[in-house]
Amino acid sequence: MTAVVTAPSAQSTEPDKRRVTQSRVIKSEFLKASTLRSTYIVLALAIAAMAGIGIIICWTTAMEWSHMRDRHRLHFNPLNDSLGGFELAQLAIGVLGILLVGGEYSTGMIRASLSAVPKRLPMLWGKLVVFVTITLVTMIPSVLIAFFVSQKTLENTPIPIHVSWSTPTVPRIVIGTALYLTVIAAFSIGLATILRSIAGAIATLVGVIIVLPAIASALPQTWGDRINKFLPSNAGQAIMSIQSDTQQMTPWRGLGLFALYAVGVIAIGAVMLRRRDA
Amino acid sequence: MRKFHELYGPDDESTTRMIVVDGLTKKYGDKVAVDDLSFIVQPGIVTGFLGPNGAGKSTTMRVIVGLDAATKGSATVNGKKYADHFAPMCEVGALLEAKAVHTGRTAQNHLRVLAATTGVSAKRVDDVLELVGISDVAKKRAGGFSLGMGQRLGIASALLGDPATVILDEPVNGLDPEGILWVRELLKQLAHEGRTVFVSSHLMSEMALTADHLIVVGRGKLIADMSVADFISKASSDVVLVRTPDPVRLMEIVSHAESVSAIHQPDGRIAFSGVTSEVIGDLALANNIAVHELTPKQASLEEAFMDLTRDSVEYHATTGVTP
Repeated sequence: MTAVVTAPSAQSTEPDKRRVTQSRVIKSEFLKASTLRSTYIVLALAIAAMAGIGIIICWTTAMEWSHMRDRHRLHFNPLNDSLGGFELAQLAIGVLGILLVGGEYSTGMIRASLSAVPKRLPMLWGKLVVFVTITLVTMIPSVLIAFFVSQKTLENTPIPIHVSWSTPTVPRIVIGTALYLTVIAAFSIGLATILRSIAGAIATLVGVIIVLPAIASALPQTWGDRINKFLPSNAGQAIMSIQSDTQQMTPWRGLGLFALYAVGVIAIGAVMLRRRDA
Repeated sequence: MRKFHELYGPDDESTTRMIVVDGLTKKYGDKVAVDDLSFIVQPGIVTGFLGPNGAGKSTTMRVIVGLDAATKGSATVNGKKYADHFAPMCEVGALLEAKAVHTGRTAQNHLRVLAATTGVSAKRVDDVLELVGISDVAKKRAGGFSLGMGQRLGIASALLGDPATVILDEPVNGLDPEGILWVRELLKQLAHEGRTVFVSSHLMSEMALTADHLIVVGRGKLIADMSVADFISKASSDVVLVRTPDPVRLMEIVSHAESVSAIHQPDGRIAFSGVTSEVIGDLALANNIAVHELTPKQASLEEAFMDLTRDSVEYHATTGVTP
């Protein structure tokens, strides 16, 4: 039998020493993310997708370039195809953000978390800071690897088809891809805070960023042109377009609108988090 | 129901180390979980929070630590609402449900995550793991824990901030006998150190062994607020069990002579209350009724508790006994 030993209360003399602060909550949220196996698995998937898929596309294209038909050659875009991994990476990042929030609700951890931080909002801000940082820190190197390694593989074709970093718009598109994924990260945290369910949030995320644009593209042209470009993921992906046309927003406005959607979702989540019983 | 401020005034200094629930009402939709409940939990003793399932015990505790918002009234700890404390975990430690834990995280990491929010050291984490006796599984994922280990981890998280007030919801659930004994000792020790200890249970017998004071609720309302000793003497009534070949006549005679109640038991005996075994024996002899068994029986605590809460039990099981 374990002996009962509890130190006499010491905290009453120094109440400020144990104060719950935003920086302590951020530290706690970082510990939360870094002590779950799922974080590493899904993050590895996101990195592999973002860095790897574009390289594979470019490498196979370079190998087959001399046998390819002209229309296939014409279809190839050395810049955007090198960053093609973002399609899968955005799902991995979105799922990870949903797991970081929804995992607390599905396991009951949320009650422990909110008992520790009863003002609640610092927990949401903490999760955002931690996950946005994790996404930036992993996705910026991933897009750079995807771009530079892909271009390297394209240098060996009979006629060089690679693009260089110094080409105008290239840095904006490469880094912009990482920024787009970062907005996805924030968006997913907000979505999961509203829905509190992993399955529901994943379904909604896929619906918003993949299904919605597909449905909208089936709309009659006159409507579609008006609506399509303002859909969250379409707006956000304007940051990756080489030249803007009427069907898309300008790059930074588009990303800005996408970020605004994320802010809106987070704001709704914050209000609900404050109001609802846990 | 008298409100707390009517009894003590709004700014009593002695509220600094107590739990004060004042006119608390909590509704979920149309369902009233807690109905105008008022009580005080004092420091230095173990206060048992007793009531049948669905009586509103857990809801009251959830409101105290701010997980649920009160519909009306208030609950304060050490003079403030839980969420208004700078370091809530260091004021109040709560075990609300077993396994409010991420199943994928180890016990040690779970506690470190909570400790980090309020600057509690990793050393203290290891100390409380040792204290609750789960050091050897500290690096195992909590998803694989038994109910008992989960309860111990929950108690560890409640004690993490070395709080002056401890709130535990059904802490002995799922514990083995050794664990139950350990919790009893721990609660007494915590109270002995001057802390406020508030423990819920639906088991009267458990509370009789652990608590000094009882707050009994049923259907969200206060039924009793008294010391355990008072509760036992007030609530228990003596019963005499009688086995006889002629129950109808005996009941007639005994009931005629005294203001007693008699109930047929399922096993064929008659349970008399409000009359001593001597009186029944003498009456039987005088009337020539054979008596095969005459057993005076003090009502158990469990029976006393059920008597008290009979009208406020949410779900009755029918056993098919006809009187």
